[in-house]
Amino acid sequence: MRFAEAWRVALDALRANRLRTGLTMLGVVIGVAAVVVLVAIGTGAKQEVESQVQGLGSNLLLVVPGKVSFGNAPTISPMTMSDVNAVSRVVGGRDRLTASLSSGETVRVGTASQYVSLLGVLETTPTVFTRDLAQGGYLTRSDVDTARRVAVLGWGVAQRLFGDRDPVGLQMDVAGVRFRVVGVFAKLGQSLGVDRDDEVHIPLTAAQRLLGTSRVDALAIKAPDGSRIGELGDQVVAELTQRHPGIEFSAVTQDQILGVLGQILGVLTGVLAAIAGISLLVGGVGVSNIMLVSVRERTREIGLRKAVGARPRDITVQFLIEAVLLTTLGGVTGMGLGIGAALLVAALSPVPAAITWWSVTLAFGVSAAVGIVFGVVPAQRAGRLDPVIALRTE
Amino acid sequence: MTAAVEAHEVTRTYQLDGLAVPALRGVSLTVPAGDYAAIVGPSGSGKSTLMHLLGGLDRPTTGTLLLAGRDVAGLGPADLAALRNRTIGFVFQAFHLLPRTSAVDNVALPLVYAGLRAGERRRRASDVLDRVGLGHRLKHRPNQLSGGEQQRVAIARALVTSPSLLLADEPTGNLDSATGAEVLALLEELNRESGVAVVLVTHDHEVAARARRQIRMRDGRIVAGGDPS
Repeated sequence: MRFAEAWRVALDALRANRLRTGLTMLGVVIGVAAVVVLVAIGTGAKQEVESQVQGLGSNLLLVVPGKVSFGNAPTISPMTMSDVNAVSRVVGGRDRLTASLSSGETVRVGTASQYVSLLGVLETTPTVFTRDLAQGGYLTRSDVDTARRVAVLGWGVAQRLFGDRDPVGLQMDVAGVRFRVVGVFAKLGQSLGVDRDDEVHIPLTAAQRLLGTSRVDALAIKAPDGSRIGELGDQVVAELTQRHPGIEFSAVTQDQILGVLGQILGVLTGVLAAIAGISLLVGGVGVSNIMLVSVRERTREIGLRKAVGARPRDITVQFLIEAVLLTTLGGVTGMGLGIGAALLVAALSPVPAAITWWSVTLAFGVSAAVGIVFGVVPAQRAGRLDPVIALRTE
Repeated sequence: MTAAVEAHEVTRTYQLDGLAVPALRGVSLTVPAGDYAAIVGPSGSGKSTLMHLLGGLDRPTTGTLLLAGRDVAGLGPADLAALRNRTIGFVFQAFHLLPRTSAVDNVALPLVYAGLRAGERRRRASDVLDRVGLGHRLKHRPNQLSGGEQQRVAIARALVTSPSLLLADEPTGNLDSATGAEVLALLEELNRESGVAVVLVTHDHEVAARARRQIRMRDGRIVAGGDPS
């Protein structure tokens, strides 16, 4: 009953000062909305990266020279085609692996030109990585064996160079050399600011001839069985180390890549949430301030309530409820605004945003907690007011 | 029968910037049940301090104070609040009604802290408002009522818990003389009919003259009309 009265009084007090209530709530609204949006963006980015790494294919093992860790400069690869053949014997067949040599090159068709990521690869690439074709076919074994000048274009490259024309069978110019288009990849889209449709695949051997090298940059292996993937990596690294004494090789799995990326994005999300948390804190200070004003304004009311029998606790609870009501109303509004903003960001920008129930619950819980934490000092001050002094205040 | 309030050699000293300022220098006063007394005296004589003590809003520095037979020295703020709620009704010069709150809800306020249900609170509050002649003004807010009506609402609020003592601090101070006389007549009637002890503090000698006894104060002491010793 006393509790019900406290709720009624709190609501009444908030209604009586609508503008002030709204402005005070604004701090919490912005704070909570910021937490929801920023966590949604952080989570969305993480999910997108994860789905991309998973989307590459399953049971993948990437083998590169040097050490794989952030901050290490890439090593010039000592690997050649003979290493590829040796490793294919270790992993049990050429169709279990692909190799790549990559370079940035300009491709031209007529007057249209485009800077692309040129990849020299084996014909086995589509069996190792998941990659669908929209038109034509992929490279063949004989294309690779004879270093034929044929190319498979990313969807975006095909669009920009050929427009509406079907590019299959047409000629294009790669770094000054004529190539014939044999296929076009299905659209992958942009992600995290990187256009994944600007790749051009040509036979590894043709790429080596084009770039004047015999080097192979990296190997990708599809393990037949996920549980043996680590063992297989060790065998491949051992084989390569034997062939190139004194040079280090690394084999990394998708899980390891995900682990590193997840860590980076986790830190990013944490930093974003902390920044949003600071604005929530500032909102809380505003609540505290307004509650102190409210207590001062209603000193006589407090004195009267005490005179007619309100215990200190009754008064404290009344003001605490007012503060919590203020912040949770702000919290709910902020949640709505945050969810709306996150959906808008996801719909209108390339930045992914995923609303997670935990961030919404957390933001709401935190806003209620902010009310308690920042309301408790003013509420206790109200509860402790001396009724004699309170009644005398004009 | 227990006296409504009993004070024995009560003193009250305030600390102002580290300076001890005595407001009451030893006061003994018994207000028996059903008494009707007026406390008079110049400003600074300790009238208000005494009233706050009698009403359990404050505790004496030394001496013994019994409210409805209970020694306030042993009571914490919460227990004292509960005791005020049950045994004492206050009427203030400035009415002290809650704005934006109807007459009936203003009157029912002490019952909130007595722990009564909303229905019962309304019923009792309307009964008491009826009794002070405001049965037709239940839903009116203070700003829709005249000064005299506001003070009647305040008196109803003081009576709603059926206290044994009603303390009125300059109850006619904000009213014109005709309205003031009506309010006094109401207090007298309530004292006569329900037996609630009434103690009022006033500057006004005409008001004081209507009380059954007058307690004169000067410099923190009772100089006339105190307990027969």
